[in-house]
Amino acid sequence: MSQSFDLKKKTRIGESAIQSLLFLAGILSIVTTVAIVYELGKEAMLFFGNPDVTFAKFFGGTQWQPGIGNYGIWALVSATLTTSAIAIFIALPLGLAAAVYLSEYASPKARGILKPILEILAGIPTVVYGYFALLFVTPILKSFFGDHIQVYNMLSAGLVMGIMILPLISSMSEDALSAVPRSLREAAYAMGATKLESSLQVVLPAALSGIGAALILGISRAVGETMIVAVASGAGPNFSFNPLEAAETMTGHIARISGGDLSYNSIDYTSLFAIALMLFLVTLVLNLISQWIVGRFRERYE
Amino acid sequence: MKTQTPYPQGDAFHASLRTRYRVATIWQILFLSALLIAIVALTALLYKVVDGAFGYIAYEYKDDPAEFTPTPVNELTKEELLVILKEELSSGAYNKLNNEQPMQERSQADLLNLFLERLVRIDTKGTWSMTDSLLHKAEIQAEVKEKYSNAKLEFRSWLTPQFLVTPMSSKAEFAGVRTAILGSLWMVGLAILFALPIGTGAAIYLQEYAPKGWFTSLIQTNINNLAGVPSIVYGMLGLAVFVRTLEAFTSGSMFGVTDSNGRTVLSAGLTMGTLVLPLIIINAQEAIKAVPDSLRQAAYGVGATRWQTVWHHVLPNALPGILTGSILAISRALGESAPLIVVGASTFISIDPDGPFSKFTALPIQIYQWTTLAQSEFHAIAAGAIIVLLILLLTLNASAILLRNRYQRKY
Repeated sequence: MSQSFDLKKKTRIGESAIQSLLFLAGILSIVTTVAIVYELGKEAMLFFGNPDVTFAKFFGGTQWQPGIGNYGIWALVSATLTTSAIAIFIALPLGLAAAVYLSEYASPKARGILKPILEILAGIPTVVYGYFALLFVTPILKSFFGDHIQVYNMLSAGLVMGIMILPLISSMSEDALSAVPRSLREAAYAMGATKLESSLQVVLPAALSGIGAALILGISRAVGETMIVAVASGAGPNFSFNPLEAAETMTGHIARISGGDLSYNSIDYTSLFAIALMLFLVTLVLNLISQWIVGRFRERYE
Repeated sequence: MKTQTPYPQGDAFHASLRTRYRVATIWQILFLSALLIAIVALTALLYKVVDGAFGYIAYEYKDDPAEFTPTPVNELTKEELLVILKEELSSGAYNKLNNEQPMQERSQADLLNLFLERLVRIDTKGTWSMTDSLLHKAEIQAEVKEKYSNAKLEFRSWLTPQFLVTPMSSKAEFAGVRTAILGSLWMVGLAILFALPIGTGAAIYLQEYAPKGWFTSLIQTNINNLAGVPSIVYGMLGLAVFVRTLEAFTSGSMFGVTDSNGRTVLSAGLTMGTLVLPLIIINAQEAIKAVPDSLRQAAYGVGATRWQTVWHHVLPNALPGILTGSILAISRALGESAPLIVVGASTFISIDPDGPFSKFTALPIQIYQWTTLAQSEFHAIAAGAIIVLLILLLTLNASAILLRNRYQRKY
């Protein structure tokens, strides 16, 4: 007696339906990106389609008052560059030093205490940093600089932003440092190097690309940060690179203008999308470079 | 040929070795001090918040309480307060309050606040931080006595149980975060309802179904990039898509709700859901990746289909990881403010959100609003609200860590 089995693949409708649903969930992220580009692009096109707005004015001007025909984005970009530069100036050396200490020096016990502190710092909402910048750091700066510093100023916002980005840079750099194979350190020790010499002259150069990725991601984070600058760095575009002055960044401007009552199709409304599109493109490029570096770096040691 | 400097010998060697060790010690101290700076910054931040939330307040009554009642203010009973309020408030104001919550059902503390806020009307002359209040008590007392002879000086905690359950008010002394907390909860609830199923589905697709190829790696790169897009850009996306294009849906007008525009808590929830989606996907992928292949092969071995394998074996094992990821996403959403400003959180609203189509405010929005006002009493309630927010976040993150440690399996 023999029984025959049909071993062909059965079509299962339920299975295929579920798979399609999961696929849809998977491509929703693509839809999100497309929607961002499309929606920001559409409104930005309306802005640039305005006969009064030219690329020369947009990228060449230093006055930003769309209501009365001034479209110079530099009035906002200058503040974004200044605050971000201050933030990186603080976060890169501190973050890197913290990473070297955690990865090369700290005992497991010390790491267990120190790392959570950085994680807490990373988890604090940015509006709380804004409160801290305006009501703690600014008064301290005021006592140093006296009347030279304005109540709202880019220095205070930049410094606090640096503290905010520090955990990001230190944790990414630490990953890069600990990915350097032990054999490199041991080779350095065998040549008679001290721990410092091995860390700075062997491990750090080997992890340089990962640190570069951390730096770029840090810049991207600083450029996109909103609440600290919205609270502490001042309201009103001001073409200035002087950290002691008040000036509004791109993000701060979007937050302030969109917070008010805004009529759709007004030049104020569409101009915000032009700024947001620029912000999106800049951070996108930075993030892509950072990811590309991390990917290349990983391949090298695995 | 380059001539090499000879390697130091004898005493010279030991001298140079000592120098090298000294340099090493100095650098080690420098490295450690970077961490110390971080710790100092964190301590300063927490200190500043606590310092701001408690302290002296000097205030005057605009109208003497004795004009309303012979009983001293802090001995007034609920019944007396009810009578005073009924008599002294204009009938319109009384009815409005009665409609929000019937007067008879309100607590004595609530009624006392109404009495002080509406009738006696407190006029704040100044506030002091906790440190000042404790260290310079005498000076503050002297100053107040000199400048405002009628003013009362009181040590006040701005963070009270009352603060948690009172709605917004234009007077800092009577404002609370009830509306903001409820708005935050609604917003986060809607965001997770939207993002958790889709995020988990996307993660399952990418880990279990997706064929290896350019398209899958495009999706993956794209998700990583979305995680790095500034939150305010999500706000602009939400403004264009949820608030404006889908206004009929998000304002509820297609469901017969007529009294709102697209700036609702639903729009905010969807925007925030889009923002945390990449975060949820990445965490869920990690959790699914950690489930060993032997479990899948065992399921296939006994004839399970792909979905049966995923549903009965992969998901249950990945669940703690997925939940941990969602809790982290929730705490991210709770602390974000920039997208909410853009999609139009109301800064002054005292009515509880009662559905997805309500206007809303959120905790970070209130903190932002109060911080940017000039009067120091608003900074004090901003500090109170920050403590509430930080405690919420701390609880969430602690439960995520507990969950992770409790269910972390070693295969």
